[in-house]
Amino acid sequence: MKRIYVVLFSVFVIASGNSQKYFSKNAIVRFHSESKVEKIEALNTTASTVFDKSTGKVEFAALNNAFVFEKALMQEHFNENYMESTKYPKTIFKGKVLDADKLDLTKPGVSKVTVEGDMTMHGVTKPVTAMGQITVDAKGVHVESKFKVKCSDFNIEIPSVVKNSISNDIDVSVKIDYNLLNK
Amino acid sequence: MCFAILLQIGIFTFPIFGQEDLLELLGEETPSFLTAATFKSTRIINSQSIENSAKGVLDIKIQHRFSSLDRGVSEFFGLDGATIRIGADYGLTNRLMTGIGRSSLDKAVDGFLKYKVLRQRSGKNAMPLSVSLFGAIEIKTTKFADETRPNYFSSRLYYSFQILLARKFSDGLSIQLMPTLLHRNLVGTNIEKNDVYSLGIGLRQKISKRTSINIEYFYNPKNQLAKEFVDPLSIGFDIETGGHVFQLHFTNATAMIYKGFLGETKDTWEKGQIHFGFNISRVFTLVKPKMLE
Repeated sequence: MKRIYVVLFSVFVIASGNSQKYFSKNAIVRFHSESKVEKIEALNTTASTVFDKSTGKVEFAALNNAFVFEKALMQEHFNENYMESTKYPKTIFKGKVLDADKLDLTKPGVSKVTVEGDMTMHGVTKPVTAMGQITVDAKGVHVESKFKVKCSDFNIEIPSVVKNSISNDIDVSVKIDYNLLNK
Repeated sequence: MCFAILLQIGIFTFPIFGQEDLLELLGEETPSFLTAATFKSTRIINSQSIENSAKGVLDIKIQHRFSSLDRGVSEFFGLDGATIRIGADYGLTNRLMTGIGRSSLDKAVDGFLKYKVLRQRSGKNAMPLSVSLFGAIEIKTTKFADETRPNYFSSRLYYSFQILLARKFSDGLSIQLMPTLLHRNLVGTNIEKNDVYSLGIGLRQKISKRTSINIEYFYNPKNQLAKEFVDPLSIGFDIETGGHVFQLHFTNATAMIYKGFLGETKDTWEKGQIHFGFNISRVFTLVKPKMLE
């Protein structure tokens, strides 16, 4: 009987060693677009994400209507006319951190990574590649990433009247403070 | 708790079943969505809509009602004459809004408060409709009709109260019911009531992403107003651009405050006494949301 416990325990330890999952429910997504006429900035501090170090898999979800804009009217337009948030409430990314097995998240340090995957936004799924930086310090695992998104790739239509004031290119930056899941 | 333990066992002992949706591990609750843009503007046409100016947002409104179309070519179908209201609305909080205005008709000054009691939302804590309370004071500043009798400042005052009940049924269709009380401190004759009870209905139907048809009608039960006054009916078209909302409409009312359009509308649609008019709204963000600082 004792032996069974030992075996079970070691399986447990080995398994959990292999499966290091990290999560955050308040990841920060910021986007920024600039044209000659209008600067548009929005911030979402409630995105959810899970990163499985053992497989490299990473998933990310942000509620579109949790983006806060400087101008309330912009926020309304964003949800009602561009993102159609009642129809497509979430923007989701599912992908993989390349060479995740070479990462060591137990030692303090900074490493550059590449993330590849599919982003689903406004009902359209498109492959996205982003460079990121993982910092490990005493407080935990922190990730920062910047990438670009084109509205036209996701069928987000900019009407001709405002073509000059709204840019098709959106700069997105993501900041995550990961915590170990089920620690 | 039980779920958490199961989850833990699942993760730690059976990593082989790692095909699961990672985000589901967070056990996310269904989020709650506040219904946005039940109406496009804070006004349906003449009446208030369920919408408020957001906190820290100043909304400058210019409202015009021209003379009636039946005046024909010589009066350029009414465009030669106009009544105007210039106003400013401001969002004190995301639920409480205030506004002031000045109308050319009756040289009236008006001020109001509008408070969102309930907000329609879907998902968690779903709420089927939005409810707002509205109250206004309107002051007529023209000379008294009879200056020889004792006149009091209070005689210039009009109060209106409304309960706004609105529901956005789909992306395109919103309907609002408005039980309304108009109190007039001074009325012209004995048969006119100081308190006028009225039921308004407002409707918005989107016809494209940025345009909609709006209808607004107030039913005034009989024997409250003098005989010559009728129910106001307005039909409008909203166009939204970047920071503006243009509301164009046809109406039999020339006033843009409650005492006027509710209690003193004389013109009728049947006789072609229809007025073209518009509301233009321009918003300015005076206070940024806290999160962005």
